Amino acid sequence: MSLDFFVSHYNYWVVIFLMMVGFYILISRGNLIKKIIGLNVFQTSVFMLYISMGKITGGTPPILIGDAHGGEAAGHVVYSNPLPHVLILTAIVVGIATTSVGLALAVRIKEAYGTLEEDEINRIEAQVEASE
Amino acid sequence: MSTVVDIVLLTLLAATGIALLRIRNLFAVVMLAGIYSLLSAGLFTVMDAVDVAFTEAAVGAGISTVLFLAALALAGHHENRPGHTPLLPLVVVGVTGLALVYGTVDMPGFGGADNPVHHHVADHYLEESPHEIGIPNVVTAVLASYRGYDTMGETTVVFAAAVAVMLLLAGRRRSRAAAGDDGEEGGAGHR
Repeated sequence: MSLDFFVSHYNYWVVIFLMMVGFYILISRGNLIKKIIGLNVFQTSVFMLYISMGKITGGTPPILIGDAHGGEAAGHVVYSNPLPHVLILTAIVVGIATTSVGLALAVRIKEAYGTLEEDEINRIEAQVEASE
Repeated sequence: MSTVVDIVLLTLLAATGIALLRIRNLFAVVMLAGIYSLLSAGLFTVMDAVDVAFTEAAVGAGISTVLFLAALALAGHHENRPGHTPLLPLVVVGVTGLALVYGTVDMPGFGGADNPVHHHVADHYLEESPHEIGIPNVVTAVLASYRGYDTMGETTVVFAAAVAVMLLLAGRRRSRAAAGDDGEEGGAGHR
């Protein structure tokens, strides 16, 4: 495995590591707010994967240089790919919307059960079922 | 140079991720999540995604930290030690991670100008948007014009989420008013 290969894939591997950290928090921790944070970590790592794919070495942000109506400079500049940026902008906003719904649900669960721990909630549920 | 910054930021992100995993005081975890968002915003800047970077800094490090703190104020900030052994989750995560790493081996390298992603609609956007839309920021042109329906759908999602949050929290106030002081004490007793 050459150094070049390592450097050119380092982004993807760290992204996968972060994705797995988020996934691990999500499935191994019992606290519902911690789970939502894990989901956020997972989500941000997906954003980084997309943005990594759009990057071109030596490129500039996709804001056109020179005249807005097709200046002469436009031919010589390398721009990074704007499409992943647009997709991720949408995803960030949708992500915060789903996070806020998750947090509101967590607050309601805390009110109803007096706890945010998954195993305690399951125990209370089991007790309620047994008493019925 | 930018490759070095890129690698340093990614390594810091990985360290923050591990700290997030290990710390059980949720206030500290929320602050670390803010740091994580800010670091990722820096990484987006290095990777030329300036619009994404400022959205992430404002939304990820700003608004979402405030939302988490509000939720912690309402729901308490202590996390219990996990009761079961972490063996099964570790195996699941390890297998998934290895499968994903295997998938990256034949991916095109980071930053290559002839990677397949750059040669479909992206060329068209970069070459034609000054004539068709007439603004220099291509990301804005794509977001608001070429993919305008996407953005409209996104607005619908945000609206639906806002309605859902309001309904959930309005129900909370009603149930508290109905239960009187008993509900409050029940909640505080477990802290």
